[in-house]
Amino acid sequence: MRAIRIIAGRELAGYFSSPVAYVFLVIFLLLAGFFTFTAGAFFERGEASLAAFFGWHPWLYLVLVPAVGMRLWSEERRAGTIELLLTLPVTTWQAIIGKFLASWLFLALALALTFPVVLTVNILGEPDNGAIVAGYLGSLFLAGAYLAVTCMTSAMSRNQVVAFILSVVICLFLILAGFNPVTDLLVRWASPAFVDTVAAFSVVTHFDGFQKGVLDSRDLFFFLSVIGFALFATGVILRGHRAG
Amino acid sequence: MIRIDNLVKAFGRKRAVDGVSFSVERGEVVGFLGPNGSGKSTTMRMITGFYPPTSGRVTVGGHDVAEEPLAAKRLIGYLPENAASYPDMTVESFLRFAAAMRGLEGEVKSKAIARVVGLCFLSSVLHQTIDTLSKGYKHRTCLAQALIHDPDVLVLDEPTDGLDPNQKHEIRNLIRELGRTKAVVFSTHILEEVDAACTRAIIIDRGRIVAQGTPGELRAMSAIAGAVTLHAAGASEEKLAVLGRVEKLNGSFRVYPGDKGGSAALTRAVVELAAREGWKLDSLRTEEGQLDEVFRRITQPDTVKT
Repeated sequence: MRAIRIIAGRELAGYFSSPVAYVFLVIFLLLAGFFTFTAGAFFERGEASLAAFFGWHPWLYLVLVPAVGMRLWSEERRAGTIELLLTLPVTTWQAIIGKFLASWLFLALALALTFPVVLTVNILGEPDNGAIVAGYLGSLFLAGAYLAVTCMTSAMSRNQVVAFILSVVICLFLILAGFNPVTDLLVRWASPAFVDTVAAFSVVTHFDGFQKGVLDSRDLFFFLSVIGFALFATGVILRGHRAG
Repeated sequence: MIRIDNLVKAFGRKRAVDGVSFSVERGEVVGFLGPNGSGKSTTMRMITGFYPPTSGRVTVGGHDVAEEPLAAKRLIGYLPENAASYPDMTVESFLRFAAAMRGLEGEVKSKAIARVVGLCFLSSVLHQTIDTLSKGYKHRTCLAQALIHDPDVLVLDEPTDGLDPNQKHEIRNLIRELGRTKAVVFSTHILEEVDAACTRAIIIDRGRIVAQGTPGELRAMSAIAGAVTLHAAGASEEKLAVLGRVEKLNGSFRVYPGDKGGSAALTRAVVELAAREGWKLDSLRTEEGQLDEVFRRITQPDTVKT
């Protein structure tokens, strides 16, 4: 635990020692605002809910989360510091989890800074604050799932751009598998059971429940298993590089 | 402290390290020599647990690196090749990170940092970020990281690479000093470093150990070891040939000792001969042998296709 905490601390401090963190936070908040109020038609809806806010998160994170996570391992490999890190008395898993947690915490901070939207909706009406809390929790897990995927792609390449693109593609698949226009298209030629199976792999399908304020253990399990699998794959990839 | 048994590392079909065995005890400084790409770094990465060996065993302080990696890693201080360190951290925060990872806390941690900052002359750059440092300071920062927990075993991959002559001198002195109480392995392709810092040297080529011994022993393997080189007015090749095989080098002669008698006997014989013949000796020296000659003879240059 101690080693995980120290690695996470170093990583998190790394975000703030460069302009990356501030640029990211500003862009994230601007885009979140734009999607909610303009593209999401927050006011025109005339309902006291954050559907317009959360609904865009799978798309918002699609670009921003890989940008946060792409350097995690590719930069260590490019600079050779991975050799330093993994010859310290830590296991590979501690390093992977420490780095993942640092980035996740950073994303949680970005998400927490969207609190004015909660205040706004509470001033304008009487929203179901339970659903809002569930929405935030779902959004956090959504970000975690994307981030774990980015961890994995980051371990694959020394090049951050490659890691970024691979991650966007995989996350895009995780969205599209359950995106209505895509499932509608699939229904025309595939059996409903097949379409349901594909949709079950989608973050959108599982994020929907959270947005409605429903905490389903299956949705929680889905996100946790995506995170678990991607981090496990990260470990396998890192070992693979060294095994020769 | 370090024990290596028949170590092999294969990358695909290429065997980077091919059956290397040696051991290093406390109080020894072992220089690891070899041409570029001979397997020095790969061997060191296996000692420090970064690469799992394809076969063979490494134990550090009695702990098998593959089976008890954490126990083994705790004993090791490691300076990786090119002294990789986090460029966006300051020297101080980097050392704090290293100290914390080594389990140091509070006052012990502050003392450890102060100690390595002194040893590696880092006090003037303590608050600079690492990417603004010159190569010498970067190297010393990474070396400080390796020393922070006062490890029993030091593994240094090209510790003097890229340093200026003064810095090289300091680092060699430091290595020799540390070697009194620790087991030290360092790699280099600079031969003078063997004399300057090592108690023993191992020469590795294409993944195999091709020679090892004290610097003196290695030098004695040189073809010219024990030969007598003289420059004298009136000296003749024929007269010298009585004493042994003679080689003519622009104006001087080099006499190689024969089967009987060592270099001392040969030197005496040459001096007596010169006196008898009335040669005017300008210079006379007994060759100790040259490391670079030994090195060149037993290792394959990477410019030659095999």
